Amino acid sequence: MIGRDLLSMDDLERAEIERVLDTAVHMQEVGLREVKKVPTLRGRTIVNLFFEPSTRTRTSFEIAGKRLSADVINFSSQGSSLSKAESILDTAKTLDAMAPDAVVVRHGVAGVPRRIADVLRSPVINAGDGAHEHPTQALLDLFTVRQEKGRIDGLTVAIVGDIAHSRVARSNITGFLKMGAEVRVAGPPTMLPPAVETLGVKAMTRLEEAIEGADVVMMLRIQRERMGAPVFPSVREYAARYGLDREKLRYAKDDVIVMHPGPVNRGVELAPELADQAPSVILNQVRNGVAVRMAVLYLFAGRPRGAEGD
Amino acid sequence: MFRPDRLLLSPSREADKGGFVNPRDPAGGSTAAPPTPEPARDPRERIVLDPTGVRRALVRMAHEILERNEDPSALYLVGIPNGGVPLAREIARRLREIAGVDVTVGILDTTLYRDDHGVTGERPALRTTEMPSAVDDRVVVLVDDVASTGRTIRAAMDALMDFGRPRAVQVVALVDRGHRELPIKIDYVGKNIPTETSEEVILRGRDGGLEGPLEVVVHSRGGSA
Repeated sequence: MIGRDLLSMDDLERAEIERVLDTAVHMQEVGLREVKKVPTLRGRTIVNLFFEPSTRTRTSFEIAGKRLSADVINFSSQGSSLSKAESILDTAKTLDAMAPDAVVVRHGVAGVPRRIADVLRSPVINAGDGAHEHPTQALLDLFTVRQEKGRIDGLTVAIVGDIAHSRVARSNITGFLKMGAEVRVAGPPTMLPPAVETLGVKAMTRLEEAIEGADVVMMLRIQRERMGAPVFPSVREYAARYGLDREKLRYAKDDVIVMHPGPVNRGVELAPELADQAPSVILNQVRNGVAVRMAVLYLFAGRPRGAEGD
Repeated sequence: MFRPDRLLLSPSREADKGGFVNPRDPAGGSTAAPPTPEPARDPRERIVLDPTGVRRALVRMAHEILERNEDPSALYLVGIPNGGVPLAREIARRLREIAGVDVTVGILDTTLYRDDHGVTGERPALRTTEMPSAVDDRVVVLVDDVASTGRTIRAAMDALMDFGRPRAVQVVALVDRGHRELPIKIDYVGKNIPTETSEEVILRGRDGGLEGPLEVVVHSRGGSA
């Protein structure tokens, strides 16, 4: 996988997903040591190129790179030429001249990481592009589920919220289906993409129906900036119908786990008491993010295409 | 998964109590034919330590470790995966038998400390690291199955230092095949086996993995295959 791009969960075969998850198990052990650093990527450079604000994903990639001893450089849209209307591809070419071993890209527009990957010789890791994909989030969700449940194959996973505009949902649908889970999606009809069932999922408009007998319930963040748009019901109405609380959770299996990519709108998609305690595994997801991104950097970073030392 | 209970190397361990083998004796119970008829051996393979030879070498090295270390309670055996792990557990068992000491056994993967992380090919799979207690002020005995270039031991020492400051570090290798590239000395050698660089030295159980009685074979790659 060295030198390959990770733009979408479609880029990974099931065996490769398993390889990332297996590697992450060992990376997690590194995070439990007193000295949380190994020399594996010493002398290698990882660039975080974030065109969209992000705290946890950028920090998580930064910690992951540093724990592997790579030099991590952060470019964000404030305080760099990114805000001076330099074109994205010019920025990418400038970066390429610096010969990084991996470039982690987040952008608000779907497809930008792929365009950047086309001009860069370094591997590009998609850290979220518009409503398209967020593969490392899906990998860390898969990792968390495997850790909690011991397997993924045969589980029933319900994803609830604004499916149509969620890169987390899209990457997770692909990932969980590849790993053999049954995936259901639920949300208001305006938030379900047309023909979503062609992806291989079951689509439902009632939360209770979607989570019935589920092993995993994944609640998506409602984006406040989208509230008030015509497709959006009132917050109260949304919380009443699609917000998860202990009462509704009784439809799921007794040993269900509740996930959320963060940050949580307490009282909207998730009742406050569910955000902070079992069966919620939200903090495990954050913690696992570092181990999974270490695994991704370990397996993908490097410039194998004769692009060394320009 | 290693199962220490399955790694008792001998079904008749009474027979070899005190079975001391001279380390410099190249014939030290090594090339004897396996006790049970084998289903057709690979002709490119020769056994250099059969299960009896492995057992004797481990018993002898356990004695040597006790001779060299006055305070056995400071000992901390650390197996390097994969082969070093069952060997470390077996040495710990022998130390308990001989001296009644319960020695800590850890597992230390060296993969993330290797010096050959190239930019081409695939990254090697990571293996378990499990260090049950601190190494500070302990005498750490690294246990590897086959010592050769010394690079694994170098990596293991670097990894070890991230876990603390041992009082001393010593090294056990069941087989030393030579070809050292670094100034690394093996303190306890089960058997010296001169090899060609094209040959491969493999520790394995009957199942081809690391279960059951262990033996060491030399496999000549290349050849007619």
